[in-house]
Amino acid sequence: MTAPLLRLDDVRATLRLKGGEQTLLDGVSLEIGEGEALGLVGESGSGKSLTTRAITRMLGPEFAVTGEIEFGGASVLGMNAAKLRRYRSQDVGMIFQDPRAHVNPVHRVGDFLTEALVQNRGVDRREAERRAVVLLDEVGVRNPEHRLRQYPHELSGGLLQRVMIASVLLTEPRLILADEPTTALDVTAQSDVMAILDEQRRARGLALLFITHDLELAAACCDRLAVMYAGEIVEQGAHVYDAPSHPYTVELLGARPSIDERADRLPVLRYNRETHELMKAEA
Amino acid sequence: MSAGSYLLRRVGGLLLVLLVTSFLVFGLLYLAPGSPLAFILGPRGGTPEQIAAVTEQYHLDDPFLVRYVAWLGDILHGDLGYSIVYRQDVSTLISGRVPTTLVLVSMAAVIIAVVGILAGTYAALRRGWSDQLTSTLAAVGLSTPSFVVGVALISIFAVTLGWFPTFGSGTGGIDTLHHLTLPAIALSVASAAYLARITRAAVLEESGREHVQTATVRGLAPRYIVRHHVLRNSLVPIVTVLGLTIATLIAGAVVVENVFALDGLGSLLVRAILQRDFAVVQAVILVLVVAFVVVNAVVDFLYTFIDPRIALGSRQ
Repeated sequence: MTAPLLRLDDVRATLRLKGGEQTLLDGVSLEIGEGEALGLVGESGSGKSLTTRAITRMLGPEFAVTGEIEFGGASVLGMNAAKLRRYRSQDVGMIFQDPRAHVNPVHRVGDFLTEALVQNRGVDRREAERRAVVLLDEVGVRNPEHRLRQYPHELSGGLLQRVMIASVLLTEPRLILADEPTTALDVTAQSDVMAILDEQRRARGLALLFITHDLELAAACCDRLAVMYAGEIVEQGAHVYDAPSHPYTVELLGARPSIDERADRLPVLRYNRETHELMKAEA
Repeated sequence: MSAGSYLLRRVGGLLLVLLVTSFLVFGLLYLAPGSPLAFILGPRGGTPEQIAAVTEQYHLDDPFLVRYVAWLGDILHGDLGYSIVYRQDVSTLISGRVPTTLVLVSMAAVIIAVVGILAGTYAALRRGWSDQLTSTLAAVGLSTPSFVVGVALISIFAVTLGWFPTFGSGTGGIDTLHHLTLPAIALSVASAAYLARITRAAVLEESGREHVQTATVRGLAPRYIVRHHVLRNSLVPIVTVLGLTIATLIAGAVVVENVFALDGLGSLLVRAILQRDFAVVQAVILVLVVAFVVVNAVVDFLYTFIDPRIALGSRQ
């Protein structure tokens, strides 16, 4: 196998507070190849979002990050300010959960879409707008020229998330980090947005790190799954969804509601920190 | 709301405010002890005949409401009245002094905006000891009365160094700017300090917003992010405070105009109050209220440009 696009090796992130330290990422190792999609699943607080923030080096100075994060063979943690900016602007693209909060409300949609190209690449504004219109059309936004002149608050959540996806595709990154891109949207918008993201990614051969609570969704659009618990990846691979081996994954998959069977009560996960520590001690 | 109906509502509000304030000021002056007679007839007073003549001439014995309504009627005819003390039309009296105050307040407003925003942004972004230093300076500036600053400026820059004149408002053009530099600084210190604190808080809050994270993760230049996303979005509180400050500066100019012996509206107002020169007091207050309402309307109007989510005339 050729060298992976992104490689995390034993990444630890420790939050240093006045009261003491808290390890929130506890030795995360994963690899994503060129054009490959990895689904990162796990419950809230397991460290999924923190992992994407570590990859983009968006963790604040209150975090101590150790281990190795490599993108295209270059150490992300060792980059100086200029290299980090180039890495963020050219190599990775980030899609956030809540487009409403993550798009500046006082600038027009067109400014949001084109600013990275204009500011970072020196692309002419008109040319950037032309490309934005083409992309908006591709991600299923109707009447794109008009949308460019509108403000974010005039667009629905689903539409705004498509704008966010288009803004990431515009900079032609090699890896897309999608942090629960559909969670803040209503159900009908969710499937549309996900389908567009999946389709565009495959068409362009981009790698994807997809973070979600939704195991089935992750299984459907990713090549491999990684399951996180308490800042660790407990199990990863292409087999996870069909043949889980770790007890946490087994329980997690068993807890999904089914359309075929009627259940009065969904099972409660018995796997907890204690069993987790026990499992680690045994291994 | 359309711009037309907004303007109409604003003007209606202005007229109502003017009516209420003029009534209040008229009433207060009426209730206060003393009479303009003392200033017209000199410190020793006049003969009973003279007193009667002057009282008759200016209707000083008419009941309160009659005098108020008479004054109001004159105003509606565009007549600001006649100053008993200066023996001049109030409109001439005021129009001669408006430019001085206008230039003084404008210069102070520019100083406040530039210094306040720069210092506040610097403090918020640098943090650490430079933040401490700026905050301390702001606290000192905020708690020093403008006449103290004025006297200190005169003693250092006018008397000791001789860079600026000690008093007067100059003969126009560059000379006026030169004369009004120290007064404008004295007038702006406290407000600039206040604006710096507001700016610091706004910039700090805005820097933590999610959309700033988006901008950072897109690899945009830090300077661009500060200008285009942080400062741009902090403008609502900054412009609010700046607007209120400018409106109050017009009245606040009173003290500074006295320290620097400037013939502006402020010094005119103080003298007119002391001399019970009703028509002048009323007219100056009228000008102040109009300026206050106009500045606030301009700020309201600016909001809609600053934040597209704010509709004209909305109460959010």
